[in-house]
Amino acid sequence: MVAKVLMYGNTAIGEAAIRAGCQCYFGYPITPQNELTEYMAANLGRRPGCAFVQAESEIAAINMVHGASVAGVRTMTSSSSPGISLKQEGISYLAACELPAVIVNISRGGPGLGSIIAAQSDYFQATRGGGHGDYRTIVLAPASVQEFADLTMRAFDLADTYRMPVLILGDGMLGQMMEPVEFDREAPAVPPVRADALRGASGRPRKIVKSFTSNPADLEEINWSLYRRYQVIKEKEPAADTFLTDDAELLVVAFGASARIAKGAIKEVRAGGMKVGLFRPVTLWPFPDKALRAAAERVKGILVFEMNMGQMIEDVRLSLNGDRRIDFYGRPGGIIPAPSEVARVIARHYHQQGLK
Amino acid sequence: MEKVYQRPRYLTRANFHYCPGCGHSIVHRIVCELMDEMNIHDRAIGVPPPGCSVFAYNYIETDFVESAHGRGAAVATGIKRAAPDTVVFTYQGDGDISAIGTGETIHAANRGERITGIFINNAVYGMTGGQMAPTTLLSQKTTTSPFGRDKNFEGYPIKLSEMLALTDGAVYIERTAVNSPKNIIKTKKALQKAFQVQLDNLGYSLVEILSPCPTNWKMGVLDSWKWVDEEMTKVFPLGVIKDTTGK
Ligand SMILES: Cc1ncc(C[n+]2csc(CCOP(=O)(O)OP(=O)(O)O)c2C)c(N)n1
Ligand code: SF4
Repeated sequence: MVAKVLMYGNTAIGEAAIRAGCQCYFGYPITPQNELTEYMAANLGRRPGCAFVQAESEIAAINMVHGASVAGVRTMTSSSSPGISLKQEGISYLAACELPAVIVNISRGGPGLGSIIAAQSDYFQATRGGGHGDYRTIVLAPASVQEFADLTMRAFDLADTYRMPVLILGDGMLGQMMEPVEFDREAPAVPPVRADALRGASGRPRKIVKSFTSNPADLEEINWSLYRRYQVIKEKEPAADTFLTDDAELLVVAFGASARIAKGAIKEVRAGGMKVGLFRPVTLWPFPDKALRAAAERVKGILVFEMNMGQMIEDVRLSLNGDRRIDFYGRPGGIIPAPSEVARVIARHYHQQGLK
Repeated sequence: MEKVYQRPRYLTRANFHYCPGCGHSIVHRIVCELMDEMNIHDRAIGVPPPGCSVFAYNYIETDFVESAHGRGAAVATGIKRAAPDTVVFTYQGDGDISAIGTGETIHAANRGERITGIFINNAVYGMTGGQMAPTTLLSQKTTTSPFGRDKNFEGYPIKLSEMLALTDGAVYIERTAVNSPKNIIKTKKALQKAFQVQLDNLGYSLVEILSPCPTNWKMGVLDSWKWVDEEMTKVFPLGVIKDTTGK
């Protein structure tokens, strides 16, 4: 039997990473994700064959990830919004070199130093590549501590399958929240090493991992080959979760912490007889467009709720091809609205759209 | 007849893209010789960043991973921590190691990372067309110090090796040059020792190599070699800067 333990979202990521076989963690302190860095220092750093380094900067940390990934091991870094900005060059290099890695963003409010309170203003940065060049990263958006654990393990598997960086986009609310969580994997005694690891040319021809391409025709081919892989991911990996959508007249679309708050709000308005359901993208890239189209088909109204000024709403519009009215409710300053407040917004939309 | 000079085993057949008189090719050759003589080729991983030497992997026949500009020491740290049995060396220009990558380098040295730095100091940014580097000498003209480097505007040449020597994790730091046969022999000895420090698991090692860039110095090859002796070594004196190996 698997025992349930009470954990913070942030520490659940750490434990899940270790159980997924993460061998090297590199980080730099930033609130609200420090519990994860501290957990790795205490629980990964002295494991045989593993390494924890508190880097001198986020830039150094992501480049250490680059090195560890080249050496063939599962590796991770975590940070929060301003730190992720600094990692973007490194993430672009990982994408270009086709190196797997897991990057956690326990986001806060921005732009600039912003606030340390949970916000969702890094959606564009996470889903549009973020760094320079034509590339994508898979982005997973958990909404509970259990999902922090499950999606962390999934992130490592996806990173290896598609040989690319995978982002986990959490936020300060979920990261610092405690919930029971269970793990269905044991940490491997000996962490696995990828077959394509760079460890010296012993018994094989030497290998070069690089992104510089002096021939533009070669670069085009590399970019097309990345594109083809992204198309496969778009086909196979979109994931979404729904809540009470079967009879819904109004569909709320929200991810991460917002989805969680929306769920509470929906329970409240359902008690008042309003038929409202929730659509929650679990993968933000690839965005679950087909599932959203299916869920939106029968509803009369759509309300997007985000803790930002409206970023995911663009993907909702793209998915629905602009032929639907889509309303928005956003809180861009790090203020986390209570479910009752969101319930009032939902109720207002419900009535304004003539739904009963 | 005994063969006393031949192409090193791990030097590829590709033609160098370096300018005539450039020091990069000489250092490449030395690295290839050491891979063979020290028997480390099978577990060596090189980390070259952007710079004239970005194509080092075309010539030195070992595993290579290119790093982002300045990040060699961090990438090397990641490799070495993941795979402690490898022999990891960074190959960096002065712009790379003493401007954008200063932080990564000092901290890797201070942590005593078991990696070896090869630092080619040619007092300019070569690849991007001869702009001022942190190592550019006072009154030296470059494309971004067209009136000559002036301490009042551009500050002083930076002495990264001396700074690295101040960290407790740095075990062996030496400055050499490749502008004469004598200096080339010394450079090879220094690099051999730097790799040995890594093999002995003692800590961080680095060799700074003064290297002519005739193209961007706008000098003939012979003049550039002379300039290393007459001007560069005044600011960057040759010799061991730190050695705590006791050997
Ligand atoms: C982030 C970033 N900034 C700038 C550059 C452009 N760049 C490429 S090489 C280089 C300087 C290289 O000079 P140095 O390290 O002294 O090596 P050299 O070419 O002289 O051998 C610069 C600035 C880059 N590739 N990446
Ligand atoms: S520009 Fe300078 S450093 Fe670059 S290859 Fe030519 S001589 Fe060497």
